[in-house]
Amino acid sequence: MEKSTDLASRAMLKEAERQDLSTIWDRFAVQTPQCGFGELGTCCRNCLQGPCRIDPFGEGATLGACGASADTIVARNLVRAIAAGTAAHSGHAKHLAHTLLKAATGRAPDYPIRDEVKLKAVAKRLGIVTEGKETAEIAREVAEAALRDFSEKETPVAWAATNVTQGRVETFLKYGVVPTGIDAAIAEVMHRTHYGVDADPVNLLLGGIKCALADFAGCAMGTDLADILFGTPKPAVSRANLGVLKPDAVNIGLHGHSPILSDLIVQTAHDLDGEARAAGAAAGINLVGICCTGNEVLMRHGIPAATHSVSQELAIITGALDAMVVDYQCVMPSLATLAECFHTRLITTMPINKIPGATHIEFSEENARQAAAEIIRLGIEAFKRRDPQKVNIPSHQSDVLAGFSTEAIVGALSLLNPDDPLKPLIDNIVAGNILGVCLFAGCNNVRVTQDQNFLIMAKELARENVLLLATGCGAGAFARHGLLTSEATTAYAGDGLKAVLTALGQAVGLPGPLPLVLHMGSCVDNTRAVQVAVAVANKLGVDLDKLPVVASAPEATTEKAIAIGTWAVAAGLPTHVGVIPPVLGSSLVARVLTQDAKSLFGGYFMVETDPVTAARQLVEAIRERRAGLGI
Amino acid sequence: MKELFVRLDRCQGCRSCQLACAAAHSRSKNLFAAISETPVPRYRLFIERGEGLNVPLTCRQCDPAPCLDACIAGALYRDERGVVQRREGSCVGCWTCIMICPYGVVGREKERKIAVKCDRCPDLEVPACVQACPTRALIYGEADSFGADIRRAAAGVLARAAE
Repeated sequence: MEKSTDLASRAMLKEAERQDLSTIWDRFAVQTPQCGFGELGTCCRNCLQGPCRIDPFGEGATLGACGASADTIVARNLVRAIAAGTAAHSGHAKHLAHTLLKAATGRAPDYPIRDEVKLKAVAKRLGIVTEGKETAEIAREVAEAALRDFSEKETPVAWAATNVTQGRVETFLKYGVVPTGIDAAIAEVMHRTHYGVDADPVNLLLGGIKCALADFAGCAMGTDLADILFGTPKPAVSRANLGVLKPDAVNIGLHGHSPILSDLIVQTAHDLDGEARAAGAAAGINLVGICCTGNEVLMRHGIPAATHSVSQELAIITGALDAMVVDYQCVMPSLATLAECFHTRLITTMPINKIPGATHIEFSEENARQAAAEIIRLGIEAFKRRDPQKVNIPSHQSDVLAGFSTEAIVGALSLLNPDDPLKPLIDNIVAGNILGVCLFAGCNNVRVTQDQNFLIMAKELARENVLLLATGCGAGAFARHGLLTSEATTAYAGDGLKAVLTALGQAVGLPGPLPLVLHMGSCVDNTRAVQVAVAVANKLGVDLDKLPVVASAPEATTEKAIAIGTWAVAAGLPTHVGVIPPVLGSSLVARVLTQDAKSLFGGYFMVETDPVTAARQLVEAIRERRAGLGI
Repeated sequence: MKELFVRLDRCQGCRSCQLACAAAHSRSKNLFAAISETPVPRYRLFIERGEGLNVPLTCRQCDPAPCLDACIAGALYRDERGVVQRREGSCVGCWTCIMICPYGVVGREKERKIAVKCDRCPDLEVPACVQACPTRALIYGEADSFGADIRRAAAGVLARAAE
């Protein structure tokens, strides 16, 4: 199996081999074969009598020491993963809520409110009166409402309940899965999966869905608050892949997920360009993005994206990355070891994410600009130590048009119909020019040849006139392979889709059609796509589970992806996963996820590792929905 | 001739060898599919806890082999690799082999009521259990070289003791 479809990654992997540097692919190979009990989800480590393993062949243990069955164990493990994903997304959102509160109360002068329109729109959605109030006061009330959403309340989590259709709210109430606090939902999962609590696999899975809806709220909140503080993304032209690194610049990689520090680094970088030039970097400072921090600054500032996910180590192997600044999530600990083989400074910045071997510069909103400048100066210092003999930047890079927030998409549509922006979209879906919509999300996974599933599925679906949206590292995959361009639309879109994207491209003043895939943001931004779907559903007077909208995480890796996938199913979407999740040890759990969920929520999981078959199944799911709507 | 050896200090009891063995003796050769096959694929080696150690118990392919000698149906034979195998269609399910095996590593396939035992994965260069072992507790190698490795390790221990 090839490690990556990406030519820049392949070039760097060759370099890694030549220099005997270990990457994720090498370490994964050493890990295989992996434990079958873990792969099946039938290993329980929730008490000190464990680990207990259930023999899938029925000869050995059929029950854990406490009597837990494979069904119980698989369900418990799955919902714990959902809780972990929820903790990560909502931790990110909570960080933004604290930042907004500090900004609103004069404690973080580096963080002005950059999008008052969004602030007021969010306030209105939450039922906060805005008339006659100063911006700071509204911001404080929104931040306090956000922080209230974390603890247990008498009322539903606002960011969950106000961001879906009324029909969804009723469905969630019917099955008792409405979270009343984000942190409370996470804690409840940890409680009910503790030794000797919930043993009913279906009840456990419903608990997992409740927690996943808290994840949905955390994601939506993260997006809203980031837009308020840093601006709602608009279409931005940039480039992607390792070729964006410059031999004559101080190259600083911004890695992780949060815009809170990275946006400040972007704002501070020009001030220090002179220092970089004085240090011998003729092109000054070159900021590049990695993973979703990269997506945040790409969407808002057009900062080029160097790489994502499994290939993050390869940015260091170019020998041209002077500093890698990380916040949290998806930051591989191996970066520190690799950085030691080069001049690269790995800089951790968050109190909850330190890595042995990295330099830690603790960042807070109060010292933001100062920390940002200190970090950039470390990059400039490192640049002076860069060994030109070790520099090997692959030339590959692709043009990118990113930044399609909900507001940007509706804005583009309103150029076609200012009175009723959604009408052109709905009309084209009804007419069949757009067969349906697929949201690509999630990570790369070392088990899959990097980007292969994304690329094959996108091309298959585009040919069938499916409108493609993408977030997170999936969006990154499309970025580095040139699918976020007009040219990709011309090359791969079916005639109907091509006509729609061309009309939209003309309306917004592009020389060609809109890109084949619309980049909607980082992985926390998946709710942007739900917002569009909710608006369409409300306009049509149907619920989300009737729309020809599907989702796919064809190379999923993280617990966050499991949480997102679960709320996508609860939101009513047929949701494809391209790697085998650790649930097959329980045929009951597997059946609930892939079949029974459909009768409860309308959405369901589709597990298929072959990308061509998966694309076909998604098209079938879309056609089934169209038939249901009579179109 | 290569044999299956166990490094007794290595086994962590993860049972990966058992799962790999069952999957290798399934129709699909794939764990995820194998677990729902009928007849249920059987593994042919076992991990037992003995005196504080995890001990993988594997067929030693004894010669003479008690199971082979005891089989009243003549269903067992020794192949060209020296591996004791069951002839297709001959086993009568009397379980004499199970009674006589000193290691207890002959199992049974309930559905067809036949005995199953290690066939040393005739189609694989290295048996599936050995490939699956994450700590290399299972070794597929020559008896002489396995013994030599033990001698070298023992020599090191003695030398350190003499220092």
